[in-house]
Amino acid sequence: MAKDWPLWEVFVRGAHGAGHRHVGSLHAPDAEMALKNARDVYTRRNEGVSIWVVPSAAITASAPGDKGPLFDPANSKVYRHPTFYDIPDDVGHM
Amino acid sequence: MYAQMVRSTGTLKSRAEMTPEEAAFQDRIDRGERIEPQDWMPEGYRRTLIRQIGQHAHSEVVGQLPEGNWITRAPTLERKAILIAKVQDEAGHGLYLYAAAETLGVSRDALIEDLLAGRMKYSSIFNYPTLTWADIGAIGWLVDGAAIMNQVPLQRTSYGPYARAMVRICKEESFHQRQGYAIMMKMARGTPEQREMAQDALNRFWFPALMMFGPSDRDSVHSAQSMAWRIKINSNDELRQKFVDQTVPQAEFLGLTIPDPELRWNEAKGGYDFSEPDWAEFHEVLRGNGPCNADRMAARRKAWDEGAWVREALAAHAAKRAARPVAAE
Repeated sequence: MAKDWPLWEVFVRGAHGAGHRHVGSLHAPDAEMALKNARDVYTRRNEGVSIWVVPSAAITASAPGDKGPLFDPANSKVYRHPTFYDIPDDVGHM
Repeated sequence: MYAQMVRSTGTLKSRAEMTPEEAAFQDRIDRGERIEPQDWMPEGYRRTLIRQIGQHAHSEVVGQLPEGNWITRAPTLERKAILIAKVQDEAGHGLYLYAAAETLGVSRDALIEDLLAGRMKYSSIFNYPTLTWADIGAIGWLVDGAAIMNQVPLQRTSYGPYARAMVRICKEESFHQRQGYAIMMKMARGTPEQREMAQDALNRFWFPALMMFGPSDRDSVHSAQSMAWRIKINSNDELRQKFVDQTVPQAEFLGLTIPDPELRWNEAKGGYDFSEPDWAEFHEVLRGNGPCNADRMAARRKAWDEGAWVREALAAHAAKRAARPVAAE
């Protein structure tokens, strides 16, 4: 029996000029077929205007255990948000 | 439902019996967090999910067969195009679910081989024949209606890839139910013969649709662990009751009669009383002895075997292209 076809991750750009978003994955023997299959599976109802397919094996993901060290430091840096600063109403819209 | 009687691995443990990892895992689920593929999970959670999602995926794919039976005989070109679109959706649903199962470390080909070898099951409902065009209406209305009842809560299930697959599926499933009901409306308002076909389809699919929710809670032995893990959200009887309460008025609107003499509104409970399906029949169908089990499996095996050369040829073509020197492009 032949080996499973490789797995591809599918990203679709919606019609409103947003970035490509991950929508799911599929198997295909090569990139060309992956694009064709992605079109058939993930854009049957006008969900997109552009598709990326990426071999799943090419994706490097952060480890779940690193969630704390990676993302917690941002919690204490509230001054990075505009709402940290009190600007008097008299100044007008800023 | 599409996954009936999924055996849960491991008995429900009390807090005191859990290892620190298991307790931390249960805490995450109790907080409503989503479990993702790389996260630590108990082996029983992983194995139960593979069975449940795999069975659900197989049901979507086998579910194409009863409807596919009518593609060449749809009464109009428009009905035919709609039915093709619905059957194509079911293939897509199978794909979303196989992909979700694969994130748990099993391959799609292995799942398909388990189905073809009879080691995995699919929903009992697809072992009933589609004898008339009205059956296509009844399937969309009742079978997809029952599926939605189960799948809407599963959008909040604890396993991230499964929940996301359910969100996509639910969006598409609503078209399925409405197109089925539209067929039923057309037939119920048609000639006396068409009305009779619609009633006959309801008569044959009512109890099999009720069976989709699985055995009665008093006999459903696998639920406690699955509910604690939030891979099952409602009990079988809860969903069945909800389905009956929703469907009876829809049948009344069509002017059709639910084939159950015991059916009546119960003011006290705010729902209908109704007869349970024949559970002996349900178990027979699950055991492989339903009217169409042999046909369905034969059709799946034929498709898999006769498609082998296509899968292999495409893989060979891809390998040849990959090996070709870049300069030759």
